[in-house]
Amino acid sequence: MIFLSHLINGLSLGSIYAIIALGYTMVYGIAKMLNFAHGDVIMVGGYISYIVAHNLGWGAIGGILMSILVCTVLGVLIEGLAYKPLRGASSLAVLITAIGVSYFLQNAALLIWSPDPIVYPSLVDLPWMSFSIGDLKVSSVTTVTVLCCVLVMALLTLFINKTKMGKAMRAVSEDKGAAQLMGINVNGTISVTFAIGSGLAAIAGVLMCSAYPVLTPTTGSMPGIKAFTAAVFGGIGSIPGAMVGGILVGLLETLAKAYISTELSDAVVFAVLIIILLVKPAGLLGKQVTEKV
Amino acid sequence: MAFEKRAETKLVEVPSPNKIPERDIGYAPILEVAHLGIDFGGLTAVDDFNIAIGRTEIAGLIGPNGAGKTTVFNLLTKVYEPTRGTIMLDGKSTHGMNTVQVNRAGIARTFQNIRLFDKLTVEDNVRIGLSNHMNYNTFEGVFRLPAYWKEEKKAHERALELLSIFDMQDLANVPAGSLPYGAQRRLEIVRALATEPKLLLLDEPAAGMNPSETADLMENIRKIRDEFQIAVMLIEHDMSLVMNLCEGIAVLNFGKIIAKGTPSEIQNNPEVIEAYLGKQKEG
Amino acid sequence: MKKLTMKKATLQNFTNYGIILLFFLICGPLNDVGGFMTRSLEGQLVPICVYIVMAVSLNLVVGISGELSLGHAGFMSIGAFSGAVVAGVMQNAVQSEPLRLLVAVVVGAILAAVFGFLIGIPVLRLRGDYLAIVTLAFGEIIKNIFNCLYVAYDSNGLQVAFLSSSDIHLEDTGRFLINGPQGATGQDKTATFFAGILLVMFTLVVVQNLIRSRTGRAIMAIRDNRIAAEACGLNATRYKMIAFVIAAALAGAAGALYGQNFAAVTPSKFDFNTSILVLVFVVFGGMGNITGSIVAAALLTVLPELLREFQDYRMLIYAIVLILVMIATNNPLIRGWIEQAAAWVKKLFTKKSTEKEAGNDGI
Repeated sequence: MIFLSHLINGLSLGSIYAIIALGYTMVYGIAKMLNFAHGDVIMVGGYISYIVAHNLGWGAIGGILMSILVCTVLGVLIEGLAYKPLRGASSLAVLITAIGVSYFLQNAALLIWSPDPIVYPSLVDLPWMSFSIGDLKVSSVTTVTVLCCVLVMALLTLFINKTKMGKAMRAVSEDKGAAQLMGINVNGTISVTFAIGSGLAAIAGVLMCSAYPVLTPTTGSMPGIKAFTAAVFGGIGSIPGAMVGGILVGLLETLAKAYISTELSDAVVFAVLIIILLVKPAGLLGKQVTEKV
Repeated sequence: MAFEKRAETKLVEVPSPNKIPERDIGYAPILEVAHLGIDFGGLTAVDDFNIAIGRTEIAGLIGPNGAGKTTVFNLLTKVYEPTRGTIMLDGKSTHGMNTVQVNRAGIARTFQNIRLFDKLTVEDNVRIGLSNHMNYNTFEGVFRLPAYWKEEKKAHERALELLSIFDMQDLANVPAGSLPYGAQRRLEIVRALATEPKLLLLDEPAAGMNPSETADLMENIRKIRDEFQIAVMLIEHDMSLVMNLCEGIAVLNFGKIIAKGTPSEIQNNPEVIEAYLGKQKEG
Repeated sequence: MKKLTMKKATLQNFTNYGIILLFFLICGPLNDVGGFMTRSLEGQLVPICVYIVMAVSLNLVVGISGELSLGHAGFMSIGAFSGAVVAGVMQNAVQSEPLRLLVAVVVGAILAAVFGFLIGIPVLRLRGDYLAIVTLAFGEIIKNIFNCLYVAYDSNGLQVAFLSSSDIHLEDTGRFLINGPQGATGQDKTATFFAGILLVMFTLVVVQNLIRSRTGRAIMAIRDNRIAAEACGLNATRYKMIAFVIAAALAGAAGALYGQNFAAVTPSKFDFNTSILVLVFVVFGGMGNITGSIVAAALLTVLPELLREFQDYRMLIYAIVLILVMIATNNPLIRGWIEQAAAWVKKLFTKKSTEKEAGNDGI
């Protein structure tokens, strides 16, 4: 029974990681960069939803929608101001810039919202969504998180495969130059990718803060790095891979916390990341690329 | 363009059965390749590639764009792992070796898209080629023990000597990236020579050079061969260079050798004319 | 011509030695006399040296070897805590403080080098972003492990426990050298400014001479064009490993010195933020530029102490400058402007100096 409860917690945490990992994997697949600041967008999403829902009193729906809107705009702004000027630069330069953006968001949040943690009242409080299996109670946040993850995955897969923009994204991820020659607006496509990824980050932020109700300016960074681990796990660039990777990392972390040690759970997750990268650098569902000579 | 017309080298058969120049027949071929091939996914890029190169031969590898010429170089230097076939370098198989080990075993190369160390000086580029022949370790280097000074001085002199082949010794302190295109190609040859190869692979050495530069290059390749007594294999689109410089020529089309022989044999081969030279003449 | 560049290279090296010497000659006496420096500034002298060593060694990995390591603070913590154990064991047995410090620094460096090697085996097989994220992961793992590590010492010798200190039973005279999340406690502060300067000098000798040896050239060649370097017979993994291990050893030495500068240090001192701070020094100073790393590390360590109001905005400003420096040095358009401006300034100066020479000739 306890094991089952760990499994369910792991599934819920994993679903959050999966939604964050989607943002990493789409951006990595299309812009070929590791958007280090992605985790901090989650934190911004958390704060915005709290302020709008709680301080302005617009309710849960208003808070969620506003945070999605703000994060989407933020994602596009970050891409346009910081990453676009570095198109074609070395990955080292782009990564350092992304770290700069991450630090900027954290420290701006620190100045605006102070380092004191906020106790986040759950925005996902739907009693009819909670149920019990024997002694085991499953809260509505858990149910909603898992359902949300499945829904997002399904919609995104449809979007990528069925829409014109989705087709453009796949083309840009295959070959930027060729896509440009075929009349695809590469910069526009990359912006849309950032917009979608950041919107998803807002959703992940609301779900995460609802499930783990402490919000600080650094709330996003660790989950961000772990979600990147999840994306690598599943194979970077692959959408189903992000889902599989996210859930595996969530389960791994929860079980490590329960059966090994709370302090070492992060170490276990990272150790597995290292092993995966060594044994199967392309991840579970990714493909290998080689340099042309 | 007036090239001095030279007498054609006679090619004779070695047991493999491939042909090498008559003067090298006393020695085993420096390179013998049998049934070499590679598949990329389902696509066969090179197949059943057989060749022998004499110890001091200048060989040519020609063929239309996309025929797989550079892929052959990448296979020989193990940038790609061959799917099948054997490569014997100086009588020893290079099976299981990587790029680094192949270079130490005696194959050096240049690249079609120039790959110099742009930010380093011309001399440092050559010294990097000399690196494995410098006899001091990291510790001696960090603490500047006598071995460091002795070997660096030797390397400096050797680098200038090698640069003087192409009359580039005055450019020693210029960043390699700021050299004109032709000079960059020549520097790549010098850097490759510095690794003391037995076989030098040149990937389009004359690309982007003007006719007088090409003529100089041709003389210099011959000079390098004569002085260092090494074999040279080159990929080139400049037919006058290939026909005047190379002793044995192999023609590649769609990943397969369609003809091998002396320049005159190649020029008169109907299959070659159809696949390659014919188009050139029309153009 | 050749001699001229030899001179230029040597000049660069000696400029750096000179900067450090000057720093020592100015701050040393001021420190001894007392009253000239504020307490907080005095307290910064050893950390400045430590951060210079950290920045120069990270520059070896990021600027010279071209690999982004986000776990440099991990090596620092290995040095700090192994140094703490060694110093703690010697506390009563060895009288000489400098000797204890020296042994702590040497052991810290060796242990960090060993870990650098072990970590390098898997890490250096990866490329680009993956390498960065894995070094980050290693930094976090090291921090987590030190958070769970307990080392105590009494007349029976060393006792080590993991996760919980309850397994350790000490005599009355014994004490904890490393106490889980509280880190190393109850240390004699043996680090001195002079020792810091010596370590910086040693670091400069090692890194600068390395760069101008065949090993350093190979490392830079692999950075600039791995395939060509391999075709020249250079084993990329081996040379990257040399750079990585030397950097780790220097960071370990710096960590040991840092640890011995305080009565207590916690593992959380050496987290991801510290790694990023050192990276900020390297980027500000210019990747591959040793003088830049020295100046940036020293300035950015002292500045927040001098400007209290600056403290709150410090990290925000660092973040903005990090982004701006990257864009300015990597965007072709902006780099073009900068190069044009530099050429213009240079022309202005050479014109002036030639005029001056001409003038002198006239006289």
